[in-house]
Amino acid sequence: MHFEYHVESGDFINAGSTSSAVKKTLKQLNVDSSIIKRTVVALYEAEVNIVAHAYKGTIYVDIDQEAITIRLVDEGPGIPDIDKAMEMGYSTASPSVREMGFGAGMGLPNIKNNTDRMSITSKVGVGTTVEIYNKLQ
Amino acid sequence: MTVKEVVEKLNFKVFSGAEGLQNEIIGGYTGDLLSDVMGNAEASHIWITLQTHKNVMAIATLKELAAIVLVKGYKPEEETINQSNEENIPILGTDEDEFEISAKIFNLLNQ
Repeated sequence: MHFEYHVESGDFINAGSTSSAVKKTLKQLNVDSSIIKRTVVALYEAEVNIVAHAYKGTIYVDIDQEAITIRLVDEGPGIPDIDKAMEMGYSTASPSVREMGFGAGMGLPNIKNNTDRMSITSKVGVGTTVEIYNKLQ
Repeated sequence: MTVKEVVEKLNFKVFSGAEGLQNEIIGGYTGDLLSDVMGNAEASHIWITLQTHKNVMAIATLKELAAIVLVKGYKPEEETINQSNEENIPILGTDEDEFEISAKIFNLLNQ
């Protein structure tokens, strides 16, 4: 199964809608609930990262018998130092984003903790791609 | 313990999601950093916070929380209320602060 979702910068109202759609699909497929929870936590964080940091992005979701693979491709400022971005507590979020309770520097660590595999590639001034992979069995 | 019992014992206001008052509460989590709650709250927890915007409901829905308690007289935004009603996850209100109300809920759940 293949799905695509579009995400716009600053659209906090709809942040989480992709995660919610993917959750419904995984439930219909009778995926184990602990795997669903891990996947939606990771996806929500990655989705919010596009809303908070990028200009726009596309989320590509692929589901087969064995695994779910999600690629979040954004056009945005990119991440100059990915190791630093992965550190718990490090954030470049704006004050208004922080006021909403985001930008605590926990998003990327949350993704890592809730996935079997994740990868980030980024080019400054171009954008960032986050890939999330979870086995479904 | 159900959300309804906690509402009655602690005199909470029910802003929305009244159809979820029978949700069972097995524990709680207190926090205003959304990623912290996302990473650490568990299903059927009651969440104590001062955040009122719609993303609160995104987290409550994805984590399958039992209810949300807004502290210090904070009120949910309209879009937050709408989603609470759709998802049947009640949003409750109290004038007390996070410390006091967390302690009271903790004691109730551990009686």
